[in-house]
Amino acid sequence: MNENLQHRIRKYLLKALHFVALFIAMAIICVPGLWVVLNSFRPTVEIMAKPPVWIPNELNLDNYRAMFGAVGEGGVPVLQYFTNSLIVSVTSTLIAILVGMAGGYAFARYSFKGKAGIFIGLMLTRAVPGVSLSLPLFIVMAKTGLIDTHLGLILVYVALNVPFTIWLIDGFFRQVPIDLAEAAEIDGCTRWQAFWKVEFPVARAGVASAGIFAFLTSWNEYALASQLTRSTFSKTMPVGLRDFTSEFTINWGGMCALAVLMIIPALILTFIVQKHLIAGLTFGGVKG
Amino acid sequence: MSRFRPPVWFVLLLPAIIILAAVVLIPLILSFYSSFTPYKLTRPDTLYKWIGTFNYEKAIKSTHFWAAFGRTVLLLTIALNLEMLMGLGLALLVNKVTYGQRALRTIMMFPMMFSPVLVGFQFKFIFNDNVGLVNNALQSLGLTDKAIPWLVDGQLAFIAILTAEMWSATSVFAILILAGLFAVPRDPIEAAKVDGCTPWQSFRHITLPYIMPFIYIALAIRSLDVARAYDIVQIMTNGGPARRTELLWTLIGRTGYIDAKMGYANAMGYISIFLAIFFTVYFFRKLNAARSELGMAG
Repeated sequence: MNENLQHRIRKYLLKALHFVALFIAMAIICVPGLWVVLNSFRPTVEIMAKPPVWIPNELNLDNYRAMFGAVGEGGVPVLQYFTNSLIVSVTSTLIAILVGMAGGYAFARYSFKGKAGIFIGLMLTRAVPGVSLSLPLFIVMAKTGLIDTHLGLILVYVALNVPFTIWLIDGFFRQVPIDLAEAAEIDGCTRWQAFWKVEFPVARAGVASAGIFAFLTSWNEYALASQLTRSTFSKTMPVGLRDFTSEFTINWGGMCALAVLMIIPALILTFIVQKHLIAGLTFGGVKG
Repeated sequence: MSRFRPPVWFVLLLPAIIILAAVVLIPLILSFYSSFTPYKLTRPDTLYKWIGTFNYEKAIKSTHFWAAFGRTVLLLTIALNLEMLMGLGLALLVNKVTYGQRALRTIMMFPMMFSPVLVGFQFKFIFNDNVGLVNNALQSLGLTDKAIPWLVDGQLAFIAILTAEMWSATSVFAILILAGLFAVPRDPIEAAKVDGCTPWQSFRHITLPYIMPFIYIALAIRSLDVARAYDIVQIMTNGGPARRTELLWTLIGRTGYIDAKMGYANAMGYISIFLAIFFTVYFFRKLNAARSELGMAG
């Protein structure tokens, strides 16, 4: 009886411990992000208050109003940055998906000499640190006049995303049984038709998740964009965040508002894709 | 005369190869060349002056360079190991949950959506010595009445950067390891339980070997973009104050753009590229080894 009770107490204790540990972990994950969201609704005076104000006295939309009116401190043209980010990210994602689909299909369906070598070679281009790449890119773009243009940034992001999209899409096409395409070809499809009518619809979810991953990379990229963009015509939002800083002060309220604007699209897309994303990464990796 | 027809795989790979050659390879060749010249942005004619390995010798002799190099390797080693361990812990915690696991998984992915530059600002704010969240909390709880200079003191700043880096990347590990945990078959674990294994033993000898490939996938993916830590560091301290948190990447950025010494910066850049390639190749090889252990290779 006593032993039974002891066992039960231990079980409940473990359960409680598990719950507490989980709660703390989740709190650590959430608090820094929620802090940014909360501060975007508070006036800068309250953010900077000493002693600190823990429970907000007033929440308002001033920071957002200043941001969209472009009349806030310094007049940061947020809408222009948002448009730039959108144009650059969407275009580069579409191109990277097309290029990545061709490449991924080649890796999944054809066997050829030096396949592993080419694959690792492509991956390694992704490993080049942005800042080391940005120096020579800066020189090349300055010479070709691509600096400070959307096109320059789009090209760079396509190159940045292609290796990873190839890896993901390769993994998804491997999941599609090769018999499927062969059956379609026997039934009179050309290879091209077999691809679009049979293989692509099966792997579509995977392609979409690769696309969202590419979009997020472009959307959040900073190291290269900060050097290759100079004016409001091409600056993206991560670079625009710096506009809220001056030599000695930082406009935290305004910056938090822009941060929220940056997170929302990323948030929605990640939620849509989370299931496929994990599947893609693990299939590509384990069975690759 | 028959027309030359390249193989289909080559045609399919061609766009990828062309774009990578144009955006990555050609600039890298240029930077390799310019690392042998005293090229300065302000004086374009210096690009044609050959000075041999002078820049590399200068880098190897520079104590600033080796300090930054050591700090980068230290940061990467500590960060990757801790992220892996905490990711594993988090994945095990979430895996045990039976109710509301989907919601927890979604919350877990939260930091992945934050741009590294945003993470940098966020933690710069949180660790601010005057109005930051950490100091405010410590002072309100009465643990200290001083303003701890988180981003000014060299070691504290290192911890602050490490915290930011871990916050942003632990979830990548957790998500992937969780996916691995789902794939672990139940039978061997139950058999081990019947045979009288302790939970630790069955974790160590059954679960862990199964999720090892997933851990290496996570490490391989992370090693592809470890240099994203540059964004965080550049915002939080920019290598300062007085080079106390200087990493290889901030040193390169400053030498190239602020001092305009492109040749020298490119020489150091090449050394950092080799460092990145070393990490990537190392983890891809580990990944292959772990795969073949499970018989999944090929």
